[in-house]
Amino acid sequence: MTRLAVSAPGEKMAAVQDGGSEPEGEKEPQPELPSDGSSAPAATPASKPEEQQQQQQQTLLAVLQFLKRNKLIESVDALRREAGLADEPDEAPGSEAGGGVGGAAAGSADSADASALLSRVAGAAQSGAASAPAKGGEDQPDVSVVLSAYSQQGDPSLYQVYYSGLKKFIESVLDCHRAELSQLFYPLFVHMYLELVYNNHESEAKAFFEKFSGDQECYYQDDLRVLSGLTKKEHMKGNETLLDFRTSKFVLRISRDSYQLLKRHLQERQNNQIWNIIQEHLYIDIFDGMPRSKSQIDSMSGSLAGEARREANKAKVFYGLLKEPEIEVPLDDEDEEAENEEGKPKKKKPKKDSMGSKSKKQDPNAPQQNRIPLPELKDSDKLDKIMYMKEATKRIRLGPETLPSICFYTFLNVYQGLTAVDFTDDSSLIAGGFADSTVRVWSVTPKKLRKVKSAADLSLIDKESDDVLERIMDEKTASESKILYGHSGPVYGVSFSPDRNYLLSSSEDGTVRLWSLQTFTCLVAYKGHNYPVWDTQFSPYGYYFVSGGHDRVARLWATDHYQPLRMFAGHLGDITCTRFHPNSNYVATGSADRTIRLWDVLNGHCVRVFTGHKGPIHSLAFSPNGKYLASGSTDGRVLLWDLGHGLMIGELKGHTDTVYALKFSRDGEILASGSMDNTVRLWDAFKAFDDVETDDFTAATGHIHLPDNSQELLLGTYLTKATPVIHLHFTRRNLLLAAGSYNSQ
Amino acid sequence: MRPWHACANSRPNQGFYFEGATPTLALARSPYTILHAHDYSQMCMRYEEFPAKMTETREERRFAEVPRESIKLMAESAGVELGDDVAAMLAEDVCYRLREATQNSSQFMRHAKRRKLTVEDFNRALRWSNTETICGYGAQDALPFRPLKEGELFFVEDREVNLVELALATNIPKGCAETMVRVHVSYLDGKGNLEPQGTVPSAVQSLSDDLLKYYQQITRAILGEDPHLMKVALLDLQSNSKIAALLPYFVYVISGVKSVSHDLDQLNRLLHMVKSLVQNPYLYLGSYVRSLVSSVMYCILEPLAASINPLNDHWTLRDYAALLLSHIFWTHGDLVSGLYHQILLSLQKVLSDPVRPLCSHYGAVVGLHALGWKAVERVLYPHLPAYWANLQAVLDDYSVSNAQVKADGHKVYGAILVAVERLLKMKAVSLSASAEGGAAALQGSVGGMMGFRESSPGLSPPPEPLSEPPLGIASHLQAGGAGCQWEEWTPVSLPDMYCELYSFFGDSLAVRFSTGPALGGAPSATPIQSSDTRKEPGSGAANLESTRKMPQLTANMNISPRQDGSPRTEPAPPSLATAPGRSLARSSSSSSSSVPRSRSSSSRPGRSASQSRDIFPKARFPPPQVGPPAFSFLIGGRQMGRRCQGRRFQTSFTPTPSLTSLPPRAYAHKLPVIGRVSKPVRRWTCSHYSLYLPL
Repeated sequence: MTRLAVSAPGEKMAAVQDGGSEPEGEKEPQPELPSDGSSAPAATPASKPEEQQQQQQQTLLAVLQFLKRNKLIESVDALRREAGLADEPDEAPGSEAGGGVGGAAAGSADSADASALLSRVAGAAQSGAASAPAKGGEDQPDVSVVLSAYSQQGDPSLYQVYYSGLKKFIESVLDCHRAELSQLFYPLFVHMYLELVYNNHESEAKAFFEKFSGDQECYYQDDLRVLSGLTKKEHMKGNETLLDFRTSKFVLRISRDSYQLLKRHLQERQNNQIWNIIQEHLYIDIFDGMPRSKSQIDSMSGSLAGEARREANKAKVFYGLLKEPEIEVPLDDEDEEAENEEGKPKKKKPKKDSMGSKSKKQDPNAPQQNRIPLPELKDSDKLDKIMYMKEATKRIRLGPETLPSICFYTFLNVYQGLTAVDFTDDSSLIAGGFADSTVRVWSVTPKKLRKVKSAADLSLIDKESDDVLERIMDEKTASESKILYGHSGPVYGVSFSPDRNYLLSSSEDGTVRLWSLQTFTCLVAYKGHNYPVWDTQFSPYGYYFVSGGHDRVARLWATDHYQPLRMFAGHLGDITCTRFHPNSNYVATGSADRTIRLWDVLNGHCVRVFTGHKGPIHSLAFSPNGKYLASGSTDGRVLLWDLGHGLMIGELKGHTDTVYALKFSRDGEILASGSMDNTVRLWDAFKAFDDVETDDFTAATGHIHLPDNSQELLLGTYLTKATPVIHLHFTRRNLLLAAGSYNSQ
Repeated sequence: MRPWHACANSRPNQGFYFEGATPTLALARSPYTILHAHDYSQMCMRYEEFPAKMTETREERRFAEVPRESIKLMAESAGVELGDDVAAMLAEDVCYRLREATQNSSQFMRHAKRRKLTVEDFNRALRWSNTETICGYGAQDALPFRPLKEGELFFVEDREVNLVELALATNIPKGCAETMVRVHVSYLDGKGNLEPQGTVPSAVQSLSDDLLKYYQQITRAILGEDPHLMKVALLDLQSNSKIAALLPYFVYVISGVKSVSHDLDQLNRLLHMVKSLVQNPYLYLGSYVRSLVSSVMYCILEPLAASINPLNDHWTLRDYAALLLSHIFWTHGDLVSGLYHQILLSLQKVLSDPVRPLCSHYGAVVGLHALGWKAVERVLYPHLPAYWANLQAVLDDYSVSNAQVKADGHKVYGAILVAVERLLKMKAVSLSASAEGGAAALQGSVGGMMGFRESSPGLSPPPEPLSEPPLGIASHLQAGGAGCQWEEWTPVSLPDMYCELYSFFGDSLAVRFSTGPALGGAPSATPIQSSDTRKEPGSGAANLESTRKMPQLTANMNISPRQDGSPRTEPAPPSLATAPGRSLARSSSSSSSSVPRSRSSSSRPGRSASQSRDIFPKARFPPPQVGPPAFSFLIGGRQMGRRCQGRRFQTSFTPTPSLTSLPPRAYAHKLPVIGRVSKPVRRWTCSHYSLYLPL
């Protein structure tokens, strides 16, 4: 409302006149109701024309009064002229409305139409104004201000009547609308309950909860449980879940027809209590077209704040891959390669540049090569790329007929609890984070881990010798594993740098630490999250990394900056997992608020919000081509997303417990998922994506209709004995490595 | 609504539980912590009973509650008096805070990727909400929570620990094993699920100390010096029902035959081990049977290092291995059916390879013999003409340097003779059985088995056990024979076969057949049939006794081969006449057979063959009074079942050694006696008996 007040008069006029237009933000819902009545008379046969006219006039009066109060005289005049009203309307409704403002709609239920409407408008205005500061200081919501939104109240004993009245209405409407309108139940229920609690009607609140909590969708159980424990106003203050609910508008997507049906009903019944809640706490995203079916709604709902707004997913995402630098792969045989390896990349360099311009074109969906500054490739990186390409030529092409072999890395004697695992890309090292604050690194190959010699010893080395890299290593320290001490809380996330020189670990102690794998010491502790950091990951090009934790903010860091470069705020719950897009331009975060967000590294914007999970998200995986995202949550489901269109395109059901690990095969044809239920499952990702891509309609409307084909897509279920699978990795040749700690209990 | 439960996001049946603590040092704890401990436990307890009573007492029982009495008690212990209303308010608040802390703690559990909420998780939640943590409850073991009978008091059992005892304890606990990572291939090409995870590796893992000890003891005993110990070990191996896990190990040990081919003794022991394993009714050999068969085949066919020394009696070993092979086929026919043709082929290959030493040839013949007369008919008989030339050359070389080879040649000769004799005998039996209706149903050899079975009830003696193993194998032969290389093989009529064989062996063949009638003096066919067939030890009649000593008797007979002047009706001509009807292979070989034929005919007129030739026609006719087919089928089936125990067939081998050992001296064409004159014979019999020792 503040924004409405300061906006130009002309703009406001347009808003009022253009009654048919849909609300496009939070400033317009108030005029929406009456103006719509006039714009669509055919759709509301029940209301008589004169009544409508009267209503419209009353609305105008209310608006005028508001403007007057805010000293917007020009606007008042303009509006008057436009509406053709008498210069001096009688002041009676105005004064009454003024009283309404003061009394905060106390008597709204039984007062006359005009006053009810006015008070509604005024009340809304007041609450909007009240919540404005809260929006201004969004980083740290002022609890008392936020909660004061609940200060207006009706008769507590009538809440049940209101709610059951609405319930009855929704149950009586046509089937096609019922599913859509049923979405209202949950947010209304929560807000009504909170209003009761806030106003100290404890017994009514309990009764209300008892009566209607059973009606809610099963996937809201978690939140309902938190709510049910909350019966006192004092408790509301410290409760984060409640704050989440309050600070964000619950988003519903309803077709125009259904919405009008609802509006008419509420209008007829003068059900102001509910209407107020809808106006204040809900955001109704209205679309034209067929109402959605129950299954369509169910697949998208479940998040803490309702569905994603449509416009939230409209931004363009450059999901294409960056052009790889052209590096000539020596075609020579293995034996030659061994001796030439050192010299090769330098020789090929000039060639590379000449080749680069004419060979493959830039992917149209890819971001600019330098959109995000990336570190220069070092010689060792080029060597590694060559190795990678060589390995890639030996890669097994996977498919439904040729499933990967699975090797399981079992952590034994883990008394302290294994909390995180990571493999290097070339599968030569494995790192584990443990609940006893340690990070351990193992060498998977026969090559042992060695430290660099001490400074004194290093000074003795002949720096000109060819094997200087070998000479700097201290042979005495060679061992199969190394332990890294430094954290003071369980290590919840570990990640190797692509060049295998560094390791990141994030811990409950609020820090992210960078370790050197040359000296096996801690280099930096990045402090910024003041709460547990649940996950961290290196960018596929190194240098950058992302972390996210209990403070609901994901941070983008560069290894040489001790302050974060970007902060991605927007989640309403803990950030439980973070992943870099293969082109390093985006970051995906999964959260305990049951949404996934995709953030643009360049400007920090949130470019995608995906809803549909019914539990906290604990795993994410981008497909190797960057087009898709897979996510797994505590409900055991894996969802597939199309980043370009911002759509859910698949649902993989099968796991019976939290999915902690997801990984696409190197070619993206197989998706492997590992879960707490001691299984690894393989899914036919190619088919899952292929089936959807043929469908254009969904892309246009955004309404997905998911085929229930999990069973067809499931290629195999592989049991461990008693080991939850907490990490998965495909080697460069498409061998699947899984890891977990044996759990004897 | 099961709030506590679901908030842990744990499995439904597992619930939401705290890890308890072990009895800790009985240190003085602040009352505050006692309250906490008390109330957690109570919360847990209430939670436990919550689902059951949910419906009735939903109001009160939605959450665990801290009773106001506890609050008052706490206040009192801190020296504060609380009113009821204050206590109630406090209690409610404490409840809420605890719930909140628990809910917050569940996220630590989730991120630690556990299903179990620990005290540690709870403490973290408390710490992050700036609350004092609870100490002393971090142990892994369950927390015993006891009610006190007298009053309404609940407490955590907290035993005192005697520090002195602990300090002076002698059994120092072992340190924790090092955290490590182990890798194993769980699923190869995504197919691991079909089979139980790697049989051998899992056996390795599950091998208990006892089993390992058993394995060591047994192998040591069997391969050791003490024969008595060996017998005991073998006996146990044969009857122990709990050694399935060790099977791969034993099979591996047995596959070591190749490394001990110089040591007859060890080979023998290993073969005995095979026998024990095969006979153990509790063992399912599965695919290991292939490995066993290949070990046995090795003993049969390979020119063992031990056979270089002529004093080593590797012949016995080969015989025994062949016997074992037949045993395996007889008792585990279902497992090795696929191997039958493979084995026939390899035997055939050895036989047709002139480069191989004679002992290998001997093995091949014995092996064929062990596989049954059908195998002999299919493989040995067609190869005989070709092979005979080589053998003849060996036998005809009287040079001293050739003596040893010649001795070996006689061995082979004897083995072939035995095999061929039985072939003839069995063919005759099957023919006589199948051809009860027709006079000249000569090609009955293929379908003869069933005919033989049908007719068996009509015969006075029970059918000869000799025919048992072939029956089992014949079924494989017929089932799997289609794709094999000897498709062109066509059954040769019995007379033709006889003529052909006679041309090779001359009287030594004929004499055998005439033994029965000559001894019993009965000219009719039936007694011959009976005396020939009735070799079961149970019958015990005098003339049966004598038939069993046939070899010795044949020697006698040989002295007067022409005792009866039965006419030579169709000795050679039929063989010539049938030549066009035979397969290409046969006809080509028939030319090479001319040499021995001429030789045998020149050296002896072959009068003695007449007797047997008399028998065959008669034997074809005998008992027409056969029961209804259906009935006889039944009996056949029952006999099959009885025979499947596979013991009887051993008797079929009893004549083998004696036949092969003795005849050289007794043959009418006076093959010179070579090599070990008497000693090998005794030794043979000795070892012969040792083979059959019931271990």
